[in-house]
Amino acid sequence: MPIDILMPALSPTMEEGKLAKWIKKEGDSVSAGDVIAEIETDKATMEVEAVDEGIIGKIVIAEGTENVKVNECIAILLEEGESKDAINDNDVPAPKAKKSKASKEDAAAAVSQSDASQPEGEEIKDRDILYAQGHVLPPEPFDEASFMADTVNQTVREALRDGMAEEMRRNGNVFLMGEEVAEYQGAYKVSQGLLEEFGPKRIIDTPITEHGFAGIGAGAAFRGLNPIVEFMTMNFAMQAIDHIINSAAKTLYMAGGQLGCPIVFRGPNGAAARVGAQHSQCYASWYGHIPGLKVVSPWNAADAKGLMKAAIRDPNPVLILENEIMYGQSFDVPTSEDFVLPIGRAKIEREGKDVTLVAYSIMVGKSLQAAEELAEMGIDAEVINLRTIRPIDRWTIIESVKKTNRIVSVEESWPFAGIGSEIAALVNEHAFDYLDAPVARVCAKDVPLPYAANLEKLAIPQVHDIIEAAKKVCYK
Amino acid sequence: MSSKKKNTAFKPTKKDLQKFYYDMLLIRRFEEKAGQLYGMGLIGGFCHLYIGQEAVVTGIQTAQLPQDSVITTYRDHAHMLACDMDPKGIMAELTGRIGGYSHGKGGSMHMFSRDKNFYGGHGIVGASTALGTGLAFSHQYKNDGGVCVAYMGDGSANQGQVAECYNMAALWKLPVLYVIENNKYGMGTSCARHAAGTLYKRGEGFGIPGEQVDGMDVLKVREAAEQALDYVRSGNGPYILEVMTYRYRGHSMSDPAKYRTKEELEEQKENDPIEKVKKLLMKEGVSEADLKKVDKDIREIVKEAAEFAQESPEPDESELWTDVLVAAQ
Ligand SMILES: Cc1ncc(C[n+]2csc(CCOP(=O)(O)OP(=O)(O)O)c2C)c(N)n1
Ligand SMILES: [Mg+2]
Repeated sequence: MPIDILMPALSPTMEEGKLAKWIKKEGDSVSAGDVIAEIETDKATMEVEAVDEGIIGKIVIAEGTENVKVNECIAILLEEGESKDAINDNDVPAPKAKKSKASKEDAAAAVSQSDASQPEGEEIKDRDILYAQGHVLPPEPFDEASFMADTVNQTVREALRDGMAEEMRRNGNVFLMGEEVAEYQGAYKVSQGLLEEFGPKRIIDTPITEHGFAGIGAGAAFRGLNPIVEFMTMNFAMQAIDHIINSAAKTLYMAGGQLGCPIVFRGPNGAAARVGAQHSQCYASWYGHIPGLKVVSPWNAADAKGLMKAAIRDPNPVLILENEIMYGQSFDVPTSEDFVLPIGRAKIEREGKDVTLVAYSIMVGKSLQAAEELAEMGIDAEVINLRTIRPIDRWTIIESVKKTNRIVSVEESWPFAGIGSEIAALVNEHAFDYLDAPVARVCAKDVPLPYAANLEKLAIPQVHDIIEAAKKVCYK
Repeated sequence: MSSKKKNTAFKPTKKDLQKFYYDMLLIRRFEEKAGQLYGMGLIGGFCHLYIGQEAVVTGIQTAQLPQDSVITTYRDHAHMLACDMDPKGIMAELTGRIGGYSHGKGGSMHMFSRDKNFYGGHGIVGASTALGTGLAFSHQYKNDGGVCVAYMGDGSANQGQVAECYNMAALWKLPVLYVIENNKYGMGTSCARHAAGTLYKRGEGFGIPGEQVDGMDVLKVREAAEQALDYVRSGNGPYILEVMTYRYRGHSMSDPAKYRTKEELEEQKENDPIEKVKKLLMKEGVSEADLKKVDKDIREIVKEAAEFAQESPEPDESELWTDVLVAAQ
């Protein structure tokens, strides 16, 4: 059968080009890989190579012809022993990409099916899909009160450590790596005692090479290990962000569900105290932006332990944005090893009816303080502790706004494209008719964080900033 | 435990030669077909062909054990074929169809097969080296006797994370074989213009041994790979093979390759790795007709793959939303 040689495209956007030159002529024999012609577009010249072997039976498009359409037949190749008579001049259609109706089963015969795929035509029940589509779903039920019956008073630091230790006892594939996590017992002493219990195979000091060890962690997770990668602070994770996003978050999707990356990246986030601009940044909206990641940000010690355990058990890459200033503060923490907080569920820390204050991490404490002072002014504020940044608990926020009709978002990030911007959009989309005042945002000032004590205080949201914003939306 | 590499020459049997010929020719014909489908507009975006470099992956893969893992860059079709992945599933991924390894959601640069120990398919230059070092970490952690073969290009060898990983791999004695496929160019920039010194020697400061190998000769690659894998598997830590090779085509399909001369390309083609094995086979008494038959069989496989890749439907629109997250138990 004669084979059509088609005008090739140099790029996916090329539609036509010039057939600049024929290198082979009619009657020449060619084998695969031989250059047979040259084509040109306004951008480039390229050689056309033969894919099959045979004899050039007929040149259909003469050299020098402009505007030859991609996929137009430019010549006809005869197989060995075939005569020129085999060419039927009426029979040179450009083959089109066939779109057959082969069933999914047939088509994917050789390829294993994805674990997490959504059956065609069925009603969507997968929460993650519904979330991605922007739906407001009630969070998974969780009886937190029952766990609070039996508690121990602990620092956030101890709670984080205990969360890791419990999960490491449970699952031999969990290990911790990072700078100073082992012998030094953690730059901020979060991993105190872990080396002693788990040994150097599972508590691993790394060199100061964030990009490299984040990639090593992601690669280890591809083969079923469950790494916890500690960044001394999240500021240094910018060197590793390529692996967090491109390697950890996107692989499951790029693999059609075949290969995931069950890894935890964690470390202190946001401003510490007086450490200057490069060491003081909140990354909640950076990571919150990325499909394929989960992002949690604990405030108190119970959050810290419950979210740590949830993050380690989760089969997806999870970021834990901790806070250095909170490390030393003590709270009651459930003693039960089954205390695992559901990711995606916020907590109402204080009920109120006049205004919603929605915050995460250290700003939850500041919002609770503001609520106390607001109460004295006769404003009853509800305080939501987000706990999870992504998937953010849309339901709890929206239900609260429906009740209070006013909302102030409080965060340590900068205002532009911050978590507050997202909350404003969310309320706009789902509770616009319930609002009695515009959404207010309390954020860091839009400047790099200054060192001077007075300026630093001005730059970071303070309790009185929250009070002012709440009063404003209450028109008081 | 051999801490020094032995210097035993690899003596191929006729069967070895037949396998090399088959594996390399399959890669070449597959890539030619991919180039053709690209030209027909059936493959989108980037498409990086491996033509000319076939001896590298063939020589190394045939020296591996089944438990070894493989990871590479975006120039990945050949590595998947060498890992025994199905040409149909690969080609259908190139055309963005449901029958592709990633159901059309990965594309030419992103395919994976846990069954075949192939871990991608990565588009960020340098990333596969760190991820491969992590795969090696998992082999060590699980003590499963596996080695990770982590491929990179000469251009990738300049990435900072490569040096970071050399350091950690050497420090922790991770079972990783780093393969630098030095095809003399990172896109349009020649090695002479992008790399100071000699690439395999960059391991020296970390105590990682390495060597340069003629990548246009599959027997030499195989010999070096056997010894290097033996060294790594024996618990000595990483090894670097810098395999000197050449890509006949442009960096990707839309590259007219104006940065090199026709003479340079022709000279390299004289040194073709497949032709070399063909000559050896003929010396072994294999007839021209037998070789033609192999070519015919391979063409048939590639043709079927191309047909499958065109007949397989595009993914259902519902696939847009799947595989973002694994549902938590
Ligand atoms: C971090 C990064 N920078 C730039 C690119 C764009 N890019 C893709 S391939 C390439 C050249 C790489 O050359 P080399 O490592 O020698 O591999 P080869 O293409 O020759 O196989 C570049 C610059 C990229 N993908 N990732
Ligand atoms: Mg290169």
